[in-house]
Amino acid sequence: MNIVVCLKQTFDTEAKISLDAGGKIDCKGVSLIMNPYDEFAVEEGLRLKESAGGEVTVISVGPGSAQDALRQALAMGADKAVLVDTGDAELDEYATATVLAKAIEDVGYDIILGGFRAIDDGSAQVAGRVAEILNLPVVNVVTELEVADGRAKATREIEGGSEVVEVPLPAVITAQKGLNEPRYPSMKGIMKAKKKPMDKKTLADLGLDGQVAAKVKALSYTLPEPRKAGKVIPGEAAEAAAELAKLLREEAKVI
Amino acid sequence: MAKGIWVFAEQRDGQIKKVTFELLSEGRKIADQLGEELGAVLLGNGVADLAASLGEYGADKVYVADSDALENYTTDGYTNVIADLVKQYAPSVLLMGCTVTGRDLAAQVAQRLETGLMTDCTGMEIADGQLVFTRPIYAGKAIVKAACPEARPVMATIRPNTFAVQAGAKEAEIINVTPNTGNIRQVIKDIVRQVSERPELTEADIIVSGGRGMKGPENFKLLEELADVLGAAVGASRAAVDAGWIPQSFQVGQTGKTVSPVLYIACGISGAIQHLAGMSSAKCIVAINKDEEANIFKVADYGIVGDLFEVVPILKEELKKVLAS
Repeated sequence: MNIVVCLKQTFDTEAKISLDAGGKIDCKGVSLIMNPYDEFAVEEGLRLKESAGGEVTVISVGPGSAQDALRQALAMGADKAVLVDTGDAELDEYATATVLAKAIEDVGYDIILGGFRAIDDGSAQVAGRVAEILNLPVVNVVTELEVADGRAKATREIEGGSEVVEVPLPAVITAQKGLNEPRYPSMKGIMKAKKKPMDKKTLADLGLDGQVAAKVKALSYTLPEPRKAGKVIPGEAAEAAAELAKLLREEAKVI
Repeated sequence: MAKGIWVFAEQRDGQIKKVTFELLSEGRKIADQLGEELGAVLLGNGVADLAASLGEYGADKVYVADSDALENYTTDGYTNVIADLVKQYAPSVLLMGCTVTGRDLAAQVAQRLETGLMTDCTGMEIADGQLVFTRPIYAGKAIVKAACPEARPVMATIRPNTFAVQAGAKEAEIINVTPNTGNIRQVIKDIVRQVSERPELTEADIIVSGGRGMKGPENFKLLEELADVLGAAVGASRAAVDAGWIPQSFQVGQTGKTVSPVLYIACGISGAIQHLAGMSSAKCIVAINKDEEANIFKVADYGIVGDLFEVVPILKEELKKVLAS
């Protein structure tokens, strides 16, 4: 089975965000990680390979630094990686999905996995767009996956519960926390990863040079006003709780 | 030329989601400023009766697609119908709530229509003649304003609780359309609903949330009781979820849900940056924590330094009194 996992390199969740002189998000000195939701997808890909056989290819569209995230996936056990280096081009989800779909097509696939969203832009749309471009069914926010007889049976989170959805393969499945517990790369895995293929491509290699234009344009970035600390209500538990109830009604007017 | 502001009217089990009314209320203002119509698109099985309520919140027209095949949400079924309707009527804007369904559907429809989509927005305004959306990114640590200058319709999903609901007395024109649901590849095998009288976490006006300080799963009962007095939802920090005290679907934060309630009561939550990212757009934050140095007090409007096991039961009784007065 050809298992393709799409992944993105993101800022560490601890990262403090600041703006550069040009008013854009400053990437300097920020530690980068594999998007945590994509880690679930990589792990699921590896488990599928272990049970059904096949090959796991991890693909990323982004800056050159994303090869670190791909290397991590290789160290976890993926077989090969493809990095489409888009440099500092400003791609929106439409453009990214266009590039990603083309790269996936070139690799070949029976199932495509990815995180249901990235923790940086949180837009949760690239995987769905890839499915649409490749004319594949998609199941999003998946917490349980079974693949057998050319079909994927996925449990997905819905508001107030869950549902079980079955789709024919090939299909796009996006991972939610809870799908699995991603493994740590072993020392042996890290050593092996250095020798695994990392295919670096440019837009021109994919025949997309000058073909991908963003639909959405970012106009400006700002940092939110930090919330100010309010008041700590003094007194013993009983006294403080009574005062809080009163303040919520009379001052904050929220109840 | 594309014209008309459209809102996807999300319903489940015959109930329109509140975020739909929020989008119609705000969409009404935008439609008036642009001199365009406000349309609502309602899909489902046996949902025709719900159409009238959409007019009350400002819709000029309600497009109703009623079909057995639309009984449950499926990505393909809903995408096929909505993309067809957009191609036929050519609205300039299509808005959805940033719910599990809205997020799923919006990405698919946007790609089918080859247009731009801004997700999880917390603001919408007309600036320099175009519709500009505000989106928190990096889990709220930065904010971007973005627009879709050329492609139509402009698409966006809006975070629940962003806009106020405004009801007016208006009757919408109902347009029944014959939906072509097409080939639906997602087969729903089972739907499991957690039976809960409490509101959905992402839509709740009030959330009572617990963290590591809860000390164990059995103690969440305390928070549930407090939540029920307030008609609130229950949430949790990652620490409580990772400890296995409460399911992942309750997690608020960077790797959980992002919420914007009117009131967020954090009990025994230290306030890690990842948790704050998920709830700092709450209007009012209350923190109850033993540790006066806890980070959560830096963002809380009201704090009580004390033992939550002592404070929460008393607070519940005090709130009952206030609510009854």
